[in-house]
Amino acid sequence: MYVAVKGGERAIENAHAWLAEERRGDISVAELSLAQIREQLSLAVNRVMAEGSLYDPDLAALAIKQSRGDLIEAIFLIRAYRTTLPRFGASRAVDTGAMACDRRISATFKDAPGGQVLGPTFDYTHRLLDFKLAAEGAVPPAPSAPPRREPTPHITEFLGQEGLIQPEPEPESEAVPRDLTREPLEFPADRALRLQSLARGDEGFVLGMAYSTQRGYARNHAFVGELRIGRVTVEMEIPELGFAIEIGEVELTECETVNQFKGSKTEPPQFTRGYGLVFGQSERKAISMALVDRALRWQELGEDNLGAPAQDEEFVLSHCDNIQATGFLEHIKLPHYVDFQSELELVRKLRREAEERIARREAAE
Amino acid sequence: MADQEKETAARQGWMGLLARAPEAALMALWDRVEERPAYDWLRAPETGGVMVRGRTGGTGAPFNLGEMTVTRCALALADGTVGHAYVQGRSRAKAEAAALIDALMQTEAAERIRTRVLEPLAAQMAERAETRAARAAATKVEFFTLVRGED
Repeated sequence: MYVAVKGGERAIENAHAWLAEERRGDISVAELSLAQIREQLSLAVNRVMAEGSLYDPDLAALAIKQSRGDLIEAIFLIRAYRTTLPRFGASRAVDTGAMACDRRISATFKDAPGGQVLGPTFDYTHRLLDFKLAAEGAVPPAPSAPPRREPTPHITEFLGQEGLIQPEPEPESEAVPRDLTREPLEFPADRALRLQSLARGDEGFVLGMAYSTQRGYARNHAFVGELRIGRVTVEMEIPELGFAIEIGEVELTECETVNQFKGSKTEPPQFTRGYGLVFGQSERKAISMALVDRALRWQELGEDNLGAPAQDEEFVLSHCDNIQATGFLEHIKLPHYVDFQSELELVRKLRREAEERIARREAAE
Repeated sequence: MADQEKETAARQGWMGLLARAPEAALMALWDRVEERPAYDWLRAPETGGVMVRGRTGGTGAPFNLGEMTVTRCALALADGTVGHAYVQGRSRAKAEAAALIDALMQTEAAERIRTRVLEPLAAQMAERAETRAARAAATKVEFFTLVRGED
């Protein structure tokens, strides 16, 4: 129960002033610029864009600065800003097959056309702290090689040619996918709605869910068929022009898993897929999303419900949004004086009654 | 009809280039152009969101991935030529420049705008993309088959 109370204005104002001062930190240290955050903390910026569900690196950098680096707070700021924007429309579906790839690897096919391109990865680093970074210094330019001109094909295409992997349902009708920013989340959710929810879901939560499938809670034997990171153009139909134009370019991480599948009552033995697509460079999230997507497809593939959390779409989708979660969690620290007052009264009353009962019993004995 | 298709394709080309262009690069080139024709706003610059869609499995049914910021505007030159802009980001100045360029590209100023703004802009953006692609190419794995067994 919430009751309007007055008071605390001065305390709140002063708390915010102190917050601003603490945010700035020691003034003998140079202030961070948004460009520095955008360029040098780009993976934090990427996470805020992905979970804030708004692609705008400058805004994400501002949110990170304002939130003192608390990324969930930054995501909250972006979500709040997003609601103030008029919606101009929806893009055509992006063509990830035409991606200009910075990175493209496959754990299943060594010699895939286009090859294994590592990109600017943390993989194969020794995870030893690099104290050279503590000192300022110029970075030598990275080596170059003659670039690839042709588009890089999706690796699952090759399995698809042999019919060994379940095809994605043809998009026969370009049906408008459900949008959880426009209508409340309702169950059962279809795959499109699940993917939207996972794409903006908390990285840690989705990672934990994905890990649970690897540890045996609805294990689905995933291989990373392909992981690619790069830029795609975004096109939209412009009604007043009568044709489509490119309206921008976004960096995406895409993961397709190839999963073992023995077949079921309705499906022949073949490989099946899980899919992850995330704003920015965020491969942990994309792989996690693909594993959870695959686990949630149990019904459509005629698999058994093992009662695993990752198979339960109500559980996964209702809890993966860190802004909903933190909003509900953190509200319990706000004043609940009246609520608590009534609880207090209740406990006092129950204790009084219990004491009276004991007193009566003792008197009777 | 074929002519109109060609015109539309050309216009899609420059509008897309302007939409994707980094603001600083576009404005640096645009500032060097003297042409600043008078115009009236048909729609003043306005920032909004566009829902970006992906496809399940990369090729299947569409789903909503998340939004991106876009700024749009429309204007009319004194002779009635209409310029439109839908550009990535939140910059009104970038949208205004893009709409003016779109209008001028439909007038006799087209050739000057093309050589002074669009072509150098396209070259800069292509060079940047090429640099990234070359960095990526250098990280391509070359596998060696090790000698195995004793035959």
